[in-house]
Amino acid sequence: MAFQILINLIIATMWMFLSETYTAASFVTGYILGLGLLFLLNRFIPDSFYLKRVYKIFMLIMLFIKELIKSNIDIVKLVYNPKPEFEPGIFALPTELKSNWEITLLANLITLTPGTLSVAVSEDNTHIYIHALDIDDINDEINSIKDTFEKAIMEVTR
Amino acid sequence: MNASEIGEFIAALLILIGSIIAVISAIGIIRFPDVYTRSHAATKSSTLSILLTLFGAFLFFWWGQSIFSVRILLGILFVFLTAPVAGHLISRAAYRRKVKMADTTVEDELYDVLHKKGAEDSKQHSE
Repeated sequence: MAFQILINLIIATMWMFLSETYTAASFVTGYILGLGLLFLLNRFIPDSFYLKRVYKIFMLIMLFIKELIKSNIDIVKLVYNPKPEFEPGIFALPTELKSNWEITLLANLITLTPGTLSVAVSEDNTHIYIHALDIDDINDEINSIKDTFEKAIMEVTR
Repeated sequence: MNASEIGEFIAALLILIGSIIAVISAIGIIRFPDVYTRSHAATKSSTLSILLTLFGAFLFFWWGQSIFSVRILLGILFVFLTAPVAGHLISRAAYRRKVKMADTTVEDELYDVLHKKGAEDSKQHSE
């Protein structure tokens, strides 16, 4: 991905040199032309077209913001409940993510999602221990949410 | 009502919502029973409240005063990245110091792992 962005920047600079106008507008024109070239010559370059990955990163950020707002609505409900009845607990979530920064990203996402807080990561990086606000009804649901997060992170990284 | 007034109205609304969420987060910190549940209230709500307030300030300066402040955007980014890490670290440190959980706690899978590992370590020391 970094390689393709570099090629695209070089094409944009070449376009500025060719047209001899050194302005931001001509740089943007060259960049768009470079995008078209990279899309056409996609099969000669390792990795797939990089805008796909940029789109997936954007979708991950949108998912993040959506879950953050949902979790805050949950907190409001709990705080203004006259008798908050919940059963907190810690459960282990097995994860397939390998590299350090994928796991960091997943732990951060978990912390900002409704009713969950990552407490520890096991030493062999296979489990994340999560403190849940209400463990009874949420356990299965949480696992499904994690599947969507894990899938989204995997789509970004590989 | 012209365009800049609408912009200022939206900015003021965002700042108002952000401060309401901050109050809710503070009440949550008082009302919840133990460190971990309080940490829930502290990380999520205060993150969102700071984000909304900063974004409101950003929109106000952009539309009202026509100043495009990148510093506020950077502040939003940094808070977004660091707040969950802080929550994670505080709850982890509390767990390692064996801070008691609330009485209603039903399940604790981490206890077994740490406990078992501690037993193995002490066995190695004795050998």
